[in-house]
Amino acid sequence: MDKVIYANNLSLAYNDRETIINDTSFSIESGSFVFITGASGSGKSTLLKSFYGAISPKRGDLIVGGVELSNIAPKKLNLLRRHIGIVFQNYRLVNEWTIEKNVILPLIISGYSKEVSTSQVEKLLRHVKLSHQTGKYPQELSGGEQQRVAMARALSHNPILILADEPTGNLDDYSSQVIWNLLQGANLQLKTTVVVVTHNIPKTLNLEYKHFHLENGVLNEVL
Amino acid sequence: MKSFKNHLSLIMAIVTVLFSLQIFTITERAIDAYENNLKANYSIVVVSEKKISQKTFQQMHPLIKKSELIAADHVLKNIKLQMKQTNIKLLKTALPKFYRIRLSKFPSPDQIDTITDAIKQHAGVTRVESFENSHNTTYKLLLLFKQVVLVLAVFIFIVTSLLMLKEMRIWQFQHTERMSIMALFGAPVWLRSAVLFRLAVVDALLATLITSIAFVGIVNYGWIESELEVIGIHITIFDLFGDGFSMLVLALGLSIFLATMIVLGHKEEV
Repeated sequence: MDKVIYANNLSLAYNDRETIINDTSFSIESGSFVFITGASGSGKSTLLKSFYGAISPKRGDLIVGGVELSNIAPKKLNLLRRHIGIVFQNYRLVNEWTIEKNVILPLIISGYSKEVSTSQVEKLLRHVKLSHQTGKYPQELSGGEQQRVAMARALSHNPILILADEPTGNLDDYSSQVIWNLLQGANLQLKTTVVVVTHNIPKTLNLEYKHFHLENGVLNEVL
Repeated sequence: MKSFKNHLSLIMAIVTVLFSLQIFTITERAIDAYENNLKANYSIVVVSEKKISQKTFQQMHPLIKKSELIAADHVLKNIKLQMKQTNIKLLKTALPKFYRIRLSKFPSPDQIDTITDAIKQHAGVTRVESFENSHNTTYKLLLLFKQVVLVLAVFIFIVTSLLMLKEMRIWQFQHTERMSIMALFGAPVWLRSAVLFRLAVVDALLATLITSIAFVGIVNYGWIESELEVIGIHITIFDLFGDGFSMLVLALGLSIFLATMIVLGHKEEV
């Protein structure tokens, strides 16, 4: 199986501060569903950020989608990000845009035509059961609904990889289940690789997944 | 509503800059017109035993524009009633030549000195009257007026610059999150900044429109023009095409500079 993420002796640090991820090696196969767990402050989110190039490796190699991320040029990083969908705990929607405009954003960036983009957004908003809310602004929606919008945005451009940082951290049980179902659906139906950073792995998932645990800056697979 | 308020504060800041620019332009025009009036009324009188041509005068100093010979009849007008006709004829031939010298611009006191010296050096010139005292008072008054306007313009520029800087910080705060989100999905810099530049251009256009309408209103009301005409100054208060274009260029320049600073100052969130 192809590896969508490959790390070899990877070390991560913010500027010259203490190393957060220390000399760790791992790989994530294409089409897999992966959970990364660890204690608060262990560096889970930092590791996830390194997958979309928000933080560069201090040492070692990190390859995502076939692209080496050490000293990557901004243009190349932009191209890589057009194949990644990101979901955050605090949703990170553009508040002054309608939910339709938020979802269409990755499609516009990727250069899809207006017709294709509009039809894709309609389909996705129906899929996340928000087709009746298209003209609303994020702040007019509940937390669960906002995260569904963020999910639709992450899926809109058919990414090869979805990175989710505590996607259900702020949600109630019902909304959390909706988000897990959406992530599961993307993995099973679209064969999208999903990497989720979380404290708790849900017990209701009906799919095979891999579990990595981060401790003392080293990522190990939990078998 | 919040966004409208932010727009309004930037528009008002640009309108202030445009207003001060136009007021400065009007003042400059009024001073220039006043200088021209002074120049037209100012002349140096030269008394010479020999005839001097206009070309010779022009060669004496570059500021000398033209010379006019003052007719002897004009000089004799006040005394000829008490004299016999033959004596007048004799006096006429014995009288020196009187010239009125016109200059190309209103001179400074130093320039008057150099012109006077240059004319005096010419053979035959017996007297040069530059009316220095009254000229100096007018010139100093004009200079003071110019300096006051300049100080006022610098003050307005500093205040509006601070206003623009404040606005820049608000904009930076407002647009950082959206630009970061767009960057996360791989948007190139020009696309991330497009909204910002569009807003900057729209605000600049609106500010120019508001200021132009205000000045068209002022021109139609006619108060300033009539006040200036009282002191003999005829100037264009606002030229919709010329001044409007200058305003548009300044407003666009300022707002695009503002947007560029935000884009350059934007650091990707880690």
